[in-house]
Amino acid sequence: MSIDLEQFHETFYEESFEGLDIMESGLLELEQGEVDLENINTIFRSAHSIKGGSGTFGFTAVAEFTHDMETLLDQMRNGERSVSVPVVNTLLSSVDVLRNMLNAIRDGSEIDADNVAEMTSAIKSILGEEDNAPVSSEVEKSELVAKGWIVHFTPHLDIMKTGNDTVRLLRELNSLAESAEVVVDNSSLPPLSELDPEDCHQSWCINLTGNDVNEESIREVFAWVDDECDLKIEPLVDENSYAGPERRDVEDTDRRTKVPERRATERRTGKTTESSSIRVNISKVDELINMVGELVITQSMLSRFGELDEFNDNTLDRLKDGLAQLEGHTRELQESVMRIRMMPISFAFQRFPRLVHDLSATFDKKIELIVTGETTELDKTVLEKIGDPLVHLVRNSLDHGIESPADRVKAGKSETGVIELSAFHQGGNIIIQIKDDGAGLNTQKILSKAKEKGLVASDERLMDESIHDLIFRPGFSTADVVSDVSGRGVGMDVVRRNIRELGGAVEVKSTPGKGSVFTIRLPLTLAILDGQLVGIGEETYILPVISIIESLQVKTENINAVAGNAEVYRLRDEYIPIVRLYQVFGIKPISTDLESGLLVVVEAEGKKIAIYVDDLLGQQQVVIKSLETNFRKIEGLSGATILGDGTVALIIDIAGLIDLYQKDMASIVVPIKGAAA
Amino acid sequence: MATILAVDDSASMRQMVTFTLKGAGYQVTEAADGQEALTKAKSQQFDLIITDVNMPVMDGITFIRNLRGEANYKFIPMLMLTTESGMDKKQEGKAAGATGWIVKPFNPDQLLNTVKKVLG
Repeated sequence: MSIDLEQFHETFYEESFEGLDIMESGLLELEQGEVDLENINTIFRSAHSIKGGSGTFGFTAVAEFTHDMETLLDQMRNGERSVSVPVVNTLLSSVDVLRNMLNAIRDGSEIDADNVAEMTSAIKSILGEEDNAPVSSEVEKSELVAKGWIVHFTPHLDIMKTGNDTVRLLRELNSLAESAEVVVDNSSLPPLSELDPEDCHQSWCINLTGNDVNEESIREVFAWVDDECDLKIEPLVDENSYAGPERRDVEDTDRRTKVPERRATERRTGKTTESSSIRVNISKVDELINMVGELVITQSMLSRFGELDEFNDNTLDRLKDGLAQLEGHTRELQESVMRIRMMPISFAFQRFPRLVHDLSATFDKKIELIVTGETTELDKTVLEKIGDPLVHLVRNSLDHGIESPADRVKAGKSETGVIELSAFHQGGNIIIQIKDDGAGLNTQKILSKAKEKGLVASDERLMDESIHDLIFRPGFSTADVVSDVSGRGVGMDVVRRNIRELGGAVEVKSTPGKGSVFTIRLPLTLAILDGQLVGIGEETYILPVISIIESLQVKTENINAVAGNAEVYRLRDEYIPIVRLYQVFGIKPISTDLESGLLVVVEAEGKKIAIYVDDLLGQQQVVIKSLETNFRKIEGLSGATILGDGTVALIIDIAGLIDLYQKDMASIVVPIKGAAA
Repeated sequence: MATILAVDDSASMRQMVTFTLKGAGYQVTEAADGQEALTKAKSQQFDLIITDVNMPVMDGITFIRNLRGEANYKFIPMLMLTTESGMDKKQEGKAAGATGWIVKPFNPDQLLNTVKKVLG
């Protein structure tokens, strides 16, 4: 019977990566000095499972590598080895190597053998068996083949109490040989009245004949009961054969554990690294099934109306009720389906303790990482893509934000810097904040750098917020020295771009001497959006409700023209640039007179604009269709949707629109807040 | 057909064991740790137990010791899945009442052969 083990690989990868994460966080906890046995046990179990699985599924290299880690962990768990920083660090690096190995295997790429060898010898040197090369798996084979064997098998009284069965053993022995002659010795059987049927009082002498039987395979039969019986094996003497060996210890039986020759390839191709499967809690699935049930009931109720010839008030009312139910169920179903894609952000957060640990060593800084809100759920796709931007921001806080211990003391702060990573819900969005208590952004340095790079005109005057925002501009990097951590060619502009691609926004607030806060705002899901429909000419556009601050009718006295042909609207104490959407998209509007239309004030990344539209239509949830996949990317638009009447409406990307506007009005980068004329 | 309880905290191992045994016509119930296994074994009679050793909540050896104490499982074969390095574990398991062991890594054929042997 041959079973294709490949079908279990995906599960194996998944649980192994999970195991690695568990090991990593466990090891990091160890390092913080809390040596609790349960934790070491948990780490050990993860390593053990990976080893067992990789061996079984034929990833010999992984199994061998994990074996040494396991040995080390076993010593720690048995208290034979104390938990020291070097040991923990070696194990942490081993986790990395292991992760790389598994990734390589899954993606069908080459395993970095040097790396593995290096780590293996590091572990071995801790274990103190540097050259004690992997226990040679070729235990010398007993080549001894006699004509036959005499086996004296005397089980102990309680052999049956472990579920072993002497008949099974005899049957198995019989299957080895060409012929077997069994003599049973009942001499020690007590009289029936004294007999405990659970005891075994018999013993056997078996003569096995056949050329292919060797001692090893006989011992193997008795391997499980080695300590529950007396076993004597003698060769049937034949003049040419070798005189019987002394009994061997049954440890030999370990030999049958040897991995048989595996199909050599551990490769798979065409696999992407992003996991394509998702684990869903049963209760979420049940919820779905339940909803579908409701939907079917509603559907069957509604279908009865199709058979009616005419409607009266009564049936019409019931039809309306039915439709209302249908709407309710559809919405609930939609929410349930969305929930399936929701995963806790801890998946993205869990790598940070390690990252901070490693980086603080690199930079020689003392950092405490505080993580809150790990259970906040967000869309799986968003979750997978937010990882890299987050890593960049955290690296950034560590590298540029937190000062060196000496500088911190000088500034009257504690030696240990604090980075806080938090996630929470706010008005239908997910907010992720990276907060440090470092030096804050250096406004002067940023400004002079931006001028030097030509990002702003040399005579330009900017508000602090606008200066801070410059760090997100392409081609900007504040590091004096390009370190291997921050100068990797990925700038904050990429961070912002990636976050925008997810329909999100990022902004920074900074106080000199006190630290900085990076705030990332993400939509709950990429698939659906609460939209405000607005009319411009004959077109309908959609503004994300979440970005809208207010909508208002224009009062002429509040309109001010500024340099060039820019217009701003005075709203209370603020001047807000007016963007005429019909101009941006080249549409013929119903009216170009501001007073006959409406202004919708929207905000993104801390900047506000007032969008001029002809009319506000309705609000509704819209399903987002990608423009890039169906058409092409257009600046200022984040996607499209299909409305109830079948027409296509474009969804405005507020942040993109603001950028677009600022490019057009390059001379007036930011309206000046609070400076009422 | 014989019923088997397969206990392992690793989903891939459980899948593999279950798939293999079901393919050979056995009825298989899964459990992810010793505690869960104990509950299941008490509510339904199994003809064979196959259990991993290292598991959270309740390890395989404790599970075997507990189950062996049950009258219904006095003579039921219980096999541990163990690694070659674990000779002391084997002894510990035997002392707890394990019938024998299957050494990891194993392939489906080895597993089936052992199970057939034990179930006769």
